[in-house]
Amino acid sequence: MRFEKIKREAERYVKDLSLRTHILVGTPTCGKAAGADEVVRELSSELKRRGIEIPVLEVGCMGLCFAEPLVLIFKPGSFNVVYRNVDSSSVRRLVEGYIEGDDPCLELALGTIEFDEEGAPIIPELKRFEFEKRILLRRCGIVDPTNIMHYIGVGGYSALEKTLHLPREMVIDEIKKSELRGRGGAGFPTGIKWEECAKMQDEPKYVICNADEGDPGAFMDRIILESDPHQMLEGMIIAGYAVNANEGFIYVRAEYQRALEMVRRAKDDAERLGILGKSVMGTEFSFNIQVIEGAGAFVAGEETGLIFAIEGKRSEPRFRPPYPSERGLFGKPTLVDNVKTFSYVPWIIENGWEKFYSIGTEKSKGTAIFTLAGKVKEPGLTEVPMGVTLNTLVYEVAGGPREGKRIKAIQIGGPSGGCIPSSLFHLPVDYDAFLSSGSMMGSGGMIFMDEDDCVVDMARFFLDFIQKESCGKCTMCRIGTLQLFYLLDKITKGEAETQDLTKLKELAEDVKIGSLCGLGRSAPNPILTTLRYFYDEYVAHVEEKKCPALVCKSLIAYFIIPEKCDRACEHCKLTCPVEAVGGNKGEPKYIIQEKCVKCGTCLNVCPPEYSAVIKVSPIKKLKELEIQNYRKE
Amino acid sequence: MKKKEEQPSSGSKIIETLIRIQKDFGYLPEEKLKEVATLFGVPESQIWGVATFYNVFRLKPKGKTHIKICMGTACHLSGGERVLEAAERELKITVGDTTPDLRFSLERVACIGCCMLAPVVVVDGKVYPRMSPLKFEELLIGLGEKGSD
Repeated sequence: MRFEKIKREAERYVKDLSLRTHILVGTPTCGKAAGADEVVRELSSELKRRGIEIPVLEVGCMGLCFAEPLVLIFKPGSFNVVYRNVDSSSVRRLVEGYIEGDDPCLELALGTIEFDEEGAPIIPELKRFEFEKRILLRRCGIVDPTNIMHYIGVGGYSALEKTLHLPREMVIDEIKKSELRGRGGAGFPTGIKWEECAKMQDEPKYVICNADEGDPGAFMDRIILESDPHQMLEGMIIAGYAVNANEGFIYVRAEYQRALEMVRRAKDDAERLGILGKSVMGTEFSFNIQVIEGAGAFVAGEETGLIFAIEGKRSEPRFRPPYPSERGLFGKPTLVDNVKTFSYVPWIIENGWEKFYSIGTEKSKGTAIFTLAGKVKEPGLTEVPMGVTLNTLVYEVAGGPREGKRIKAIQIGGPSGGCIPSSLFHLPVDYDAFLSSGSMMGSGGMIFMDEDDCVVDMARFFLDFIQKESCGKCTMCRIGTLQLFYLLDKITKGEAETQDLTKLKELAEDVKIGSLCGLGRSAPNPILTTLRYFYDEYVAHVEEKKCPALVCKSLIAYFIIPEKCDRACEHCKLTCPVEAVGGNKGEPKYIIQEKCVKCGTCLNVCPPEYSAVIKVSPIKKLKELEIQNYRKE
Repeated sequence: MKKKEEQPSSGSKIIETLIRIQKDFGYLPEEKLKEVATLFGVPESQIWGVATFYNVFRLKPKGKTHIKICMGTACHLSGGERVLEAAERELKITVGDTTPDLRFSLERVACIGCCMLAPVVVVDGKVYPRMSPLKFEELLIGLGEKGSD
């Protein structure tokens, strides 16, 4: 058998690697942004200069984005160590200390690396690993995404090989029994979708991987594709076999250039080894895949919209039924699943449905992946068993709030999700529990908000996004979201009246009912949930013309407290982009309100030991402050 | 006119072709849209429909240096809008436009997935993390110097 031979070779590659000292550098988009490319360059030249020849692999993201760039040093017979926030000065120290010598440079380390039964990395020094359970992410950040042999060497494509010897019904049955639910957000049972598509007699059939991750704040699909593209590809080929399709499409957002690069490369490599294309692994089953670069439209992530995009049309969703599994791409039966959904498939086939089924809650099985961003100490990506509470995610996994602040809410799943207040952080991560709070799992992007964030401004931001992204096909979404945006805009500008809040709520409910697709139907979620949990903040904006979080520009002003201002310090005056800071050398500075554009630079540059610049709201408070200070002088 | 039978492989090529043209020219010139319509045997209106629907397509030339300001949720919450305003102020153009000397163009994007480094700015593909209006000004000065030599 040919795959057997490839597998043996791949296993040898992995074994050889494990017997040598080698270095991994995380170079996903986020790592690069943090400076990983410079680290790789510096490492290579430092090693060369010292005449050391060891492999340096560029890998994906471990999810520990707060510590990027990450460097991992594997040293047989010694500790495997992961280093945080590496820069060029620490590179030299690492090479000298731990590559050449025996000093593990613990002052630069984030922790040591061990592996669990899944082969997933664990850093015992980090508390988050007590709560994580990595299935999809088990290879992310430790396997070279550009090297198919690395993937095969750690067990990759074995599930596909197993599948090809099973009857199609058995494969579908396995997925059905595992109770895997679609990870794109809606949570439809995957096995049932597959069964529907497999039943169709019409030919040809298509399989589509939805990698059009458009939710602002969600980036797990990007990380999976950049870090372990073969896992998704393997799941997709298995799906193709199960529903008896011979053609597949992977639709990736244009913004994700590196993910595209990785997916294209993975596809080519799989073709080269006979894992993809004509007669997969020497069997009678053939499967071809095309990688399609998206063109940027949030609505293209909706499955019927996505199909139109692949057909080269405007991605305007259509009414369902017929569902794509019945009539999809080019009018033929089509299976559409998300990157994460496909990625679970090989693991389920490999380990059996029971193992997947045993993880999670009664109705939400398996693990959940979340991106953690916003006002927490350790943002990044995590994978936890379903059922873990939000409290655990906020305070244990994400490291809790930043110094002196309090987390007040989680915005989850982008515009389609909602805002969950801290009083509900006891809720478990579970499709149904989220729905009961008025939110939904959505794509799993989590943005943590603290007291410095304004929920009204956040709702306005999402509606601005949605009305720009609405495809315009149905009136409720096209005009309804625009009117919702105008209302919110009025509120944040302090121009609204009390009855506008009633209007806002009623219209939001109408848009929710009256829209055709998920985009319009979920667009009011940020409004409805914030109205429900943070009504006081809306009232403050409307009645007192005050933004309690000091965010909404029209309702705040900057002020310099004269007695706190160091007269010799000119920071604010020198950096103000519009010359709105007055006061001569040696005199206290003051802000010329008419000129101020409220960019906040003066506040940022004012040395913390003075903290002379403050924000005030409502603006009328400014008068009191000015009079007070005038009297003192 | 007989309706052309839809080809599974050709349909998806329309957007791909437009993306390729844009990569070559930096934008979609009008005459090229006509050519694409002829090439695929579809009405010109369909091509215009596609070119104006999707965010990545530009119908105006872009500047030598292309600046994208990320306006995802995390970037917004950490001051992305103030960075965008600074960019408009410094470049003296509104978002979506190009400076008259064709040196800079400014665009807003909805999340590039670097949320933990928010707010971010992307200049010709390179991501600049943790921006502020002040840091953006400094970045622009750096770019200006690079551009003039």
